[in-house]
Amino acid sequence: MSELSVNHLLGIKYLNKADIKLIFETADHFKEVINRPIKKVPSLRDITIANLFFENSTRTKLSFELAEKRLSADVINFSSAQSSVKKGETLIDTVNNILSMKVDMVVMRHPNPGAGVFLSKHVNASIVNAGDGAHEHPTQALLDSYSIREKLGEVGGKKVVIVGDILHSRVALSNIFALQLQGAEVMVCGPKTLLPKYINELGVKVETNLRKALNWCDVANMLRVQNERMDISYFPSTREYTQQFGVNKALLESLDKEITIMHPGPINRGVEITSDVADSNQSIILDQVQNGVAIRMAVIYLLASKIKQ
Amino acid sequence: MSHKVLLNEKEVNIILHRLACQLIEKHGKFKNTALIGLQPRGVYLADRLAKILSENYNIKNIPLGYLDITFFRDDFRRGEKPLEANKTKINFLVEDKNIVFIDDVLYTGRSIRAALTAIQSFGRPNEIELLTLIDRRFSRHLPIQPNYRGRQVDVINNEKVRVNWKERDNEDSVYLIEN
Repeated sequence: MSELSVNHLLGIKYLNKADIKLIFETADHFKEVINRPIKKVPSLRDITIANLFFENSTRTKLSFELAEKRLSADVINFSSAQSSVKKGETLIDTVNNILSMKVDMVVMRHPNPGAGVFLSKHVNASIVNAGDGAHEHPTQALLDSYSIREKLGEVGGKKVVIVGDILHSRVALSNIFALQLQGAEVMVCGPKTLLPKYINELGVKVETNLRKALNWCDVANMLRVQNERMDISYFPSTREYTQQFGVNKALLESLDKEITIMHPGPINRGVEITSDVADSNQSIILDQVQNGVAIRMAVIYLLASKIKQ
Repeated sequence: MSHKVLLNEKEVNIILHRLACQLIEKHGKFKNTALIGLQPRGVYLADRLAKILSENYNIKNIPLGYLDITFFRDDFRRGEKPLEANKTKINFLVEDKNIVFIDDVLYTGRSIRAALTAIQSFGRPNEIELLTLIDRRFSRHLPIQPNYRGRQVDVINNEKVRVNWKERDNEDSVYLIEN
């Protein structure tokens, strides 16, 4: 197997186990490349990639852009704030206009779930989903699993708890799919109001007591409370949320084992995790960011190799 | 498909010793020289030469690296099969070193072209030479020639040269395979 089973990366849901293995093995090579004195390879010099961000992003956008440039692709950037989308242009029109400038691949973040799937049916280019609403964020889930594999040797058989705002999180859904595909056990933990109604149907454990969840797991993936997506109050106050679902050093030290702490960023320091936890040896938050570039290089490289000349 | 033996184990062994001696003739004690085997199949030849230099000629600790050229190839998306990468393992600086690229078969010269680009990621070598076990004459696409060659062969384009190594294929031999 040296080829992905898909032509787009729309979500983890569309991948199989062999795809994830291939992406990780390819990312291993790129991780070596990005630690060289000269961090660039010429593989994609004849490919043009458009980064379309209809929603704010810093880390993901920079990470994709860096990955594309390290592969020598030509890159154009677009963010909806300064574009004709504001003038009423439709998504398909916007993208087709960009594609008529001979673009081979589109990396898109969009506030609406399914935007990537919709686009892949209507335009002729490889689509990479960089987050669609509260639906999926496949590259984040891949880099999370990759970081677990790097830290703990493998993902299969590990116990991972995802803590926080599961309801509004695309990272949570993609992570659940990715971890289960690789044979890990998954638990979600958060206030009842921030757990989706039918979460049980995904085959995950549900826990509302953080201490119990942390005692069960090998890895805790802490999510941010997405205030910008909340139309009503889901918990009484930030202070109360922190007291029940925030991880601090004292809590970690009271556990009978050392667990690994992850966070997809951006961190609200002092809310879901305290600074001393975020900056401790147990945290692999910055490794996640570094691995993000390698994973995105792997995804783009593998998808580009399926574009016919 | 027919097989013809170009070199048997004894002949391969004699050639390896000759190539080792030619390297010594040029590089002496290998004070500022490093051997780089090209992935995937050049690494066996590089390992073997380093072993001969160390065991038979007492030149130990020669810097030895493996270079993967996959991401530097010029046929990305042009072939039928997707390209699969191998490990690059170079744990020394090539800056100002004399580098010897080592590969089993020199055919079109495109791999060597890619290797010349790839090695630049690790610094600016003082000099780069090329050693190949088999040199397929008259089939070059680029102006690249080996500095050290094991055997020169005339092979037409639909024939393939296959080099086997004990470590991987259970015998040292070189075959000409006709399709």
